[in-house]
Amino acid sequence: MNVLIYLIPAALGMGALGLFAFLWSMKSGQYQDLDGAAERILDEEADEKPL
Amino acid sequence: MAGSCCGGDLGVDNALASAGVGDFTRVEELQRAGHIENDGTVRYVLSVPEVHCGACISAIERGLNGLEGVVSARVNLSLKRLTVILDSEDRSPGFVLQTLDRLGYRAMPVDLGELGDVEHKRQSERLLRALAVAGFAAGNIMLLSVSVWSGATGATRDLFHLISGLVAVPVVAYSGQVFFSSALKALAARRLNMDVPISLAVILALGMSVYESLTGGAEAYFDAAVTLLFFLLIGRYLDQLMRDHARSAVLGLARMTARGGNVVGDDGSLTYAPVDEIEPGMVVRVAPGERIPADGRVVRGTSDLDRSLVTGESAPVAVAANTEVEAGTLNLTGPIDVKVVRKADESFIAEVMQMMEAAENGRGRYVRIADRAARVYAPAVHLLALFAFLGWMIVTEGDWHASLYTAISVLIITCPCALGLAVPVVHVIGAARLFGRGILMKDGSALERLAEADTAVFDKTGTLTTGTPRIAATAIGADDAPAAKALAMHSIHPASRAVAVFLADTPVAALSDIREVPGYGVEGIVDGERVRLGRAEWAAEMAAPGTGEAARGAGLAFAREGGEVAGFTLSETLRPDAADAVAALREQDMAVELLSGDSAAAVKAIAATVGIEAVRAQATPASKIARVRELQAHGRHVMMVGDGLNDAPALAAGHVSMAPASASDIGRMAADFVFTRETMMSVPFAREIALKAGRLVRQNFGLAALYNVIAVPLAVAGYVTPLIAALAMSGSSIVVVMNSMRLARGGRLLPRLGRTRKAAEPNEVLA
Repeated sequence: MNVLIYLIPAALGMGALGLFAFLWSMKSGQYQDLDGAAERILDEEADEKPL
Repeated sequence: MAGSCCGGDLGVDNALASAGVGDFTRVEELQRAGHIENDGTVRYVLSVPEVHCGACISAIERGLNGLEGVVSARVNLSLKRLTVILDSEDRSPGFVLQTLDRLGYRAMPVDLGELGDVEHKRQSERLLRALAVAGFAAGNIMLLSVSVWSGATGATRDLFHLISGLVAVPVVAYSGQVFFSSALKALAARRLNMDVPISLAVILALGMSVYESLTGGAEAYFDAAVTLLFFLLIGRYLDQLMRDHARSAVLGLARMTARGGNVVGDDGSLTYAPVDEIEPGMVVRVAPGERIPADGRVVRGTSDLDRSLVTGESAPVAVAANTEVEAGTLNLTGPIDVKVVRKADESFIAEVMQMMEAAENGRGRYVRIADRAARVYAPAVHLLALFAFLGWMIVTEGDWHASLYTAISVLIITCPCALGLAVPVVHVIGAARLFGRGILMKDGSALERLAEADTAVFDKTGTLTTGTPRIAATAIGADDAPAAKALAMHSIHPASRAVAVFLADTPVAALSDIREVPGYGVEGIVDGERVRLGRAEWAAEMAAPGTGEAARGAGLAFAREGGEVAGFTLSETLRPDAADAVAALREQDMAVELLSGDSAAAVKAIAATVGIEAVRAQATPASKIARVRELQAHGRHVMMVGDGLNDAPALAAGHVSMAPASASDIGRMAADFVFTRETMMSVPFAREIALKAGRLVRQNFGLAALYNVIAVPLAVAGYVTPLIAALAMSGSSIVVVMNSMRLARGGRLLPRLGRTRKAAEPNEVLA
């Protein structure tokens, strides 16, 4: 059962990592133009950073 | 969407734009809408309704990013907006507009402060953050709970409970605020809403669970509390998302009313002034293609005005010195100077806006289905939980621990998780289906109101008809047609455009010395001979004597010097499937009426073609409202379909309202639905979706009720373990969502549509 001491913080940590990744991507405006993002992927010269 | 969406003919709007009409005003307007950033750069936001695909994005961004002074330019395809950052405040943004015009995109400045959508954006972002945090906690706590359910005991179980608690308490404190603040507000106003039992259940469950975990108890409800929040936040977020999307889509369409004008100074100089700074006595110069900013009298110049925004009548009216003109009318042919007699906020438009506001307050009393359900549901849940608590206190002779436990179980299991999802999921799917057919919806309550409507009231001009005139008949010969077309192509007058469209297959003659005579028509020289296209009497002036008789009375005529006069008869274009739409509405058991500001004869003719018996002509905005109110007094739920400024108050007064995308700005603002395709079938289609959505919402409520009938007795009897509570709650939510999904597949909507849809195919690209 001692393995839980590592596993539980690891599980929670990964979950938290995912959460922060999501919050960061939202804050940087990556969900503001989903239609545009889908089109830009086909354009080689397109600028990737949203305004 | 077709790949060639940006390559095609972009239509008359661009002809207007490339002619440089009204550019000065647009630049001034854009300059005022700019937002100065801390580092000295200026951010401009433009609405570009014609952006459709990846090619449009790269065309605009490449076209702008290379230019001097542009720090960066980025298109938002979802909102059809362009954000441009220029390096300094001193640089005029005019070249941005010119570049866009050259690329073939019509752009309108957007004043972000005016839209007030920054506040809404913050709201939905806050919800999304709360949702993400709750989702994270729900997943992790569920992981720990599953271990407990599958048999963890003793120290391991207590440890798991404590860890769950450590995650749950801050998460509930953060994500739960959405519900707590709303519940507190309701309680302060001495009301009960859906958020009160939610907050109570979550807080009680959390408090009880913390107590249990600390004292080494066997059961904790952390998973239930957090999962509940997660599901409810999904519903809230979907609801908010739909409202945001619809709002920006409606506002994103080109804005129409004049927001300022060019004031002529004593020395003859021109200065731009926004509409609220224009005072009586000022003289405003209105170029062709601009709207008149305030009521006034013409002091110089002659021209034709398109008054359709004000009267709904599509035929242009000639004006000269001393003619009274209304704010909002569009100047077509010549520049005029207008002496303002009334402030803009006392104009006809302002009056209509006030009428609209009053009418909208009437509709504001509508209570959404979910709120009506909550009114009954919330007290019932509280009473049930209270009785369960009291009952158990009596049965167990004062075991408050077990009694409170049961009461919390009841509160959680009856918690309106499925109920919270029942309405928003259906509405979001409904909005998506409507959007797919080019219909924009303002909010979910509109769909509910549309399902209740039983009487459709149509406006004529711009609604049943397209608002642009069409040539019905002509006597022009094959020799004259190329010359007539060449003349027609040089004017933005609606009648000229109609001629150009009618003679689309004719070659164009070489034309020189072109001259537009405001109020009369266009003149030029073809093969050394003078030709005229315009008012019948004016054209006949130079034709061979005695030949003008045939053309007299026709709306428009063409003449060659010393030759024959050929008349064109103008008529309104009926939307291609207006009659089908009226028939489809009848099949849906709706009464149909026609209400128009136009003359009786014109209205009767259209009504007969479309198949409407109940007709009223020469209706003013006030009498339109009166008719809507009269119908409402007889217990009818009116769906108003109209476009013009004169319809706006009636649109606001109706139980529900629709407007075509070509409608005036105010018309679109007042309408609950805006349809962007030419086809009139949008109206019965939207109602069909609304009826289906209404049925699904009722079914969802039924399913949620069924679930309660099974779950509540179990909870009251004390048989509900955390496992059962979690399974039951998720199960009922999933069933509700699956049922709502049926709207997306949608089976056969409007069998009659099959034929008309084919005919409307070319328009599909426009949406």
